[in-house]
Amino acid sequence: MNAQTTFRVERWTAASRTAIAVVIALAVIAAIAPFWLGPGAMDRLTILFVYIILAVMWNALAGYAGLVSVGQQLFVGLGAYFTIKLADWGVNPFVGMVGAAIIVGVIAVPLSFPMLRLRGGEFAIGMWVVSEMAHLLVNLDPLVRGETGTSLISLNAFDAPLRRNLIYWLALAALLVLLGGLFMLLRSRVGAAIQAIRDNEEAAASVGVRVTSTKRMIFIFTAVGVAMAGALWLATALTFQPKAYFSVQWTAYMIFMVLVGGIGTFEGAILGAVIFFAIETWFGATGVWYLVGLGATALIFALLLPRGIWGEIERRTGLRLLPVGYRLEFKLPGAEP
Amino acid sequence: MINTIVQGLLLGGYYALIAAGLSFMFSVMRIINLAHGSLAVLAAYLLLVLAQNYHLSPFVGLIIVLPLMAVIGFLLQRFILDRAMQAGQLVPILATFGLAIVIDNVLFELFGANTRSLSNFIGSLSYDSIALPGDIYVGELAVGTFVLAIVVLGGLQLFLSFTRYGRAIRATAEDPDTAGLVGINPRMATAVASAIALFTVGLAGAALGMRGTFDAYAGASQLLFAFEAAVIGGAGSVWGTLIGGIVLALAQTFGAKVSPLGFLLAGHGVFLVVLFVRVWLAGGVRAFLRRPA
Repeated sequence: MNAQTTFRVERWTAASRTAIAVVIALAVIAAIAPFWLGPGAMDRLTILFVYIILAVMWNALAGYAGLVSVGQQLFVGLGAYFTIKLADWGVNPFVGMVGAAIIVGVIAVPLSFPMLRLRGGEFAIGMWVVSEMAHLLVNLDPLVRGETGTSLISLNAFDAPLRRNLIYWLALAALLVLLGGLFMLLRSRVGAAIQAIRDNEEAAASVGVRVTSTKRMIFIFTAVGVAMAGALWLATALTFQPKAYFSVQWTAYMIFMVLVGGIGTFEGAILGAVIFFAIETWFGATGVWYLVGLGATALIFALLLPRGIWGEIERRTGLRLLPVGYRLEFKLPGAEP
Repeated sequence: MINTIVQGLLLGGYYALIAAGLSFMFSVMRIINLAHGSLAVLAAYLLLVLAQNYHLSPFVGLIIVLPLMAVIGFLLQRFILDRAMQAGQLVPILATFGLAIVIDNVLFELFGANTRSLSNFIGSLSYDSIALPGDIYVGELAVGTFVLAIVVLGGLQLFLSFTRYGRAIRATAEDPDTAGLVGINPRMATAVASAIALFTVGLAGAALGMRGTFDAYAGASQLLFAFEAAVIGGAGSVWGTLIGGIVLALAQTFGAKVSPLGFLLAGHGVFLVVLFVRVWLAGGVRAFLRRPA
């Protein structure tokens, strides 16, 4: 290479600085939105926040750690279940939701040891079996009353407007903390390791990346995030029926959001969640055909557009709004006027 | 006690039968087909339609359904799996999962939520049984399924070992590029393997429908049972699959004696225990501690 070649390593670009400013502005607006939003809009926004959490968590697991799980409903179900359980023990339901997410994180630690030894499809279905197992075990708890289910009655202590506001704020806070945490994590030394693993596991290991412990960190982090989403879903739905929470449909939604938005990119997962939210709002009522459409779209994206919508945008324009990597810019002598 | 063991053994035959195709596909293509169970349920519905609308006994119906399943397998490989396999390790999982969702929900849309069965169309075979010494009765259908599982597993083994196509498929599994150099068409070999796998899925679907009930969303549990049987037996090993099916079924039948949820709990439990023990033995605690990872 020419000695006069100069280069510059950059992380922030003008676009990404603007994007972060927009994100912060949106967060502030979202935080004060309850003062003028109607109850319906707030419930919908809460659900959107839950979807974004789910999409970003599944993307972190599959897109960054290379772990495709068909059993993430395990954590949705456990998050909701432990919220019910803690409420039954007299814990404030809002504290209980966060507590449930932490409990699930603790459970994910020992679970990660055998599961992370599984490869590819074995991990995918292995997680599904663990989820089925947890579903059955939760059914054994008399508190849940089998598939009849139970409700988070302790939420009734709060009157409806206050309850709605608190759930909304908790969802927003969870979203910001989880996404912010993941963003920082991906930009840290660990993040470099994670992206190295995503690109080539063997090569990463050969340059000294601690592959399994890095994957474990992501596995546990996403377990906490998905459990939080499950707890929030319970707070908006109020009733806990094990079948609905331990349903593989959750994973189908997560896969759809991430595949359509763009696997392996931070922005893609968020975009996918927003698209899914819009589709659900418009077509959710069509029931079964809606599910057929979701499955078919996921299939088509997996085969024809594996990078998803954001991946294509990124490839064509080089645009990065929430940069977790670095970019190298060469200035070749004479190349610039 | 002995009766429970015998019934468990025979149920294991069914699991081995449904696991055969999954295990075969995994061993020759390194793909776990997440639509496996849904495709078996699809075959059962096809037989049901033939029986209800055209008065074809499910056994006659198989003459149509099995070749059809093989064609579906061929097309599945050509249009979905081939492309997915090239896109990386994770894409086949995602693609077949998407396919499973499509199949399940289309079946639900077409046939509704009612549980169906083929048992009404096979005459007395659904309840005929053979008396064994010791006051044990075994269903003829269950015995037939068990024998069929052995025939299918043995047939796959013989096919891979002794036929030209079997060798081509194994060579492609080892290294598709080199296989191509020695005159094998790797795309053809994998498509044929997929067709064979789906042929066995058709048989499993017939067994599923004849021995009990099924509904549009039954595919997921069939996939899990097949996967558990294959993994317990050691994924990719033909006779291991039979052992795996039997171990799974024995755990379930004994579990069912303990509690209503015991059937599934014990089945998943034995799978996880086998998995954890194998992981523990393979890695060893010491190797785990020494590893930088």
